[in-house]
Amino acid sequence: MIGYIIRRIGQALIVILGVTFLVFILAHVIPGGEARAALGARATPQAIHEFNSANGFYLPLYDQYWQYLRGLVMSLNLGYSYHYNQAVNSLIEQRLPKTLVLVGISTVFALIVAVPLGILQVVRRNKPVDYVLTGASFIGYSMPAFLLGQLLILYFAINIRWFSVEAPQGATVGAILADPRALVLPILSLSALTIASFSRYMRSSMMEAMTQDYIRTARAKGAGGARILFRHALRNALIPIVTLLGLSLPAIVGGALITETVFNFPGMGLLTTQAALQTDVPILLGTTLVATLATVIGSLIADILYAVVDPRVRYT
Amino acid sequence: MTIGLPTGQVEQLEAHEFVPTPDTATATGGEALSTGGMARQFWLVFSENKLALVGVGVIIFFVLFCFLGPVFYATNQTNAQNALLYSTQDAPPSAAHLFGTDPSGFDVLGRVMYGGQTSLEVGFAAAAIATVIGVIWGAVSGFFGGWVDAVMMRIVDVFLSVPLLFLLIVLAVIFHSSLPLLILVIGFVAWLVPARLVRGETLSLRVREYVQAVRVMGGTGRRIVFRHIIPNTIGTIVVNTTFILADAILLLAALGFIGLGVPLPATDWGSMLAQGVNYALNGYWWQIYPTGFAIVAVVVAFNFIGDAMRDAFEVRLQRR
Repeated sequence: MIGYIIRRIGQALIVILGVTFLVFILAHVIPGGEARAALGARATPQAIHEFNSANGFYLPLYDQYWQYLRGLVMSLNLGYSYHYNQAVNSLIEQRLPKTLVLVGISTVFALIVAVPLGILQVVRRNKPVDYVLTGASFIGYSMPAFLLGQLLILYFAINIRWFSVEAPQGATVGAILADPRALVLPILSLSALTIASFSRYMRSSMMEAMTQDYIRTARAKGAGGARILFRHALRNALIPIVTLLGLSLPAIVGGALITETVFNFPGMGLLTTQAALQTDVPILLGTTLVATLATVIGSLIADILYAVVDPRVRYT
Repeated sequence: MTIGLPTGQVEQLEAHEFVPTPDTATATGGEALSTGGMARQFWLVFSENKLALVGVGVIIFFVLFCFLGPVFYATNQTNAQNALLYSTQDAPPSAAHLFGTDPSGFDVLGRVMYGGQTSLEVGFAAAAIATVIGVIWGAVSGFFGGWVDAVMMRIVDVFLSVPLLFLLIVLAVIFHSSLPLLILVIGFVAWLVPARLVRGETLSLRVREYVQAVRVMGGTGRRIVFRHIIPNTIGTIVVNTTFILADAILLLAALGFIGLGVPLPATDWGSMLAQGVNYALNGYWWQIYPTGFAIVAVVVAFNFIGDAMRDAFEVRLQRR
């Protein structure tokens, strides 16, 4: 078990190192370089030269990468936003917790809804309920996320006024949680896609579990339908869902970007889309790096949980 | 002339002509039989799946609608000022404009066709690029194994852990959006899954007898990968390409929503929707529902087809 966790952490570290290198390279392929991005298209060659030498852009690449890594580890240096005139890490610091709250609540909510839905589909397989839910989940993950969000706003906030149009605008996590009515629609819209795909997986995972020998054994020993379903099938069917959770994290975090933009939720995703329109590349690279770190750590936790849940993993 | 030829030469000619004939006959016959059988079996399973047939129908309909539609329903889709001369902004559906007009005075039905061309083109082209990169990457990685495999797969891991939309936005901002670049960028972020799948299959294919036979006969690594391994992963590839197509259309839509879609006056379904939803709050429902229906229908159709093909290929493998 310990060996497995150490190996898995090692893998995560390699991936993280790779991501920092990717972000570093992306910063270097901006046409015209960072100097043009910072000083504008009409900067004089003299100013560009000074900017470049002040920021060490004349050093060899490996040296620059080393400096970048050191800055990152020592002082969380993610660069400087020329638009906000503020360090990127302080911008992200204010917004990351809110995004994590949004992603966290939505993921938990999605699991709570998707698992019973999947079980229901297995119990009522090839009945109308199954078909309706299958159809709904197909539409769920075929619909552009922003369209779903906007339609939710249109129906539930403008037509019948149950919920607010906008997400809570508080500066802190506490302030955001204090306004649950405004949180309903963002969470619904972010979890819809996850519910659609998780309930599909849950259905097929449960179906497969039901065909296993241990189910027949349980049946032969006279266990009742509900006991078989929840004690024998469900516990085994949940195992792949834990892995799926880790694998889906990048998609969920990406989805948060759209959801935040639709509902004007003051998180990291909104920061990113606003920076995209202002061509503020340092912010884009910073949020990309932080979002990736979050997903890497998230899938690491999911994988360790997986090993806790399923003893077979520890020995392979 | 033939009389003048020595008999030996005639025999040789005949032999030369004769010998390969049955050889090629059996070869082509055999291949035709096997692929025919495979294709037929595939078709049998595929056609049992009613949803997949509906999916194929929907795709054919939309391809014809978007690319041939403008021939029968000609509208101005390139010059907003011109369009405005002959219509009004935000007009509701009428006989002149079946689906109404948008804020620039463009006819929405024509715009759905025009934007659909972009969305479908980007979808097909990006899926093709992603598949080519992914398949070659995966096959090479799986075939050579060892350090090559470890390094190539860690690179895939790195890209896979970056939330796709973030990477897509960074690339779209750095390289500015134009249609060919959007295709390249979407293709570039979508190749990871096929790379992993093909690598997995390659690992099991490379130890098969026929690969060893090619090796014994002196076949190069390149030959093995391109002639023997990749063709045998075709099932996985085709199924996955269908899903990438669906995803690529949605990714383009997301970019359009953020404001990084194709530049005006060109458009795609995502940019149309993004513009439409802003105005839908004013009650201009015709600016979202036709486009929304089109994009959901096409993506659902691709997902149906992909699911059915996966079943078909899996069943084929089970029966074999």
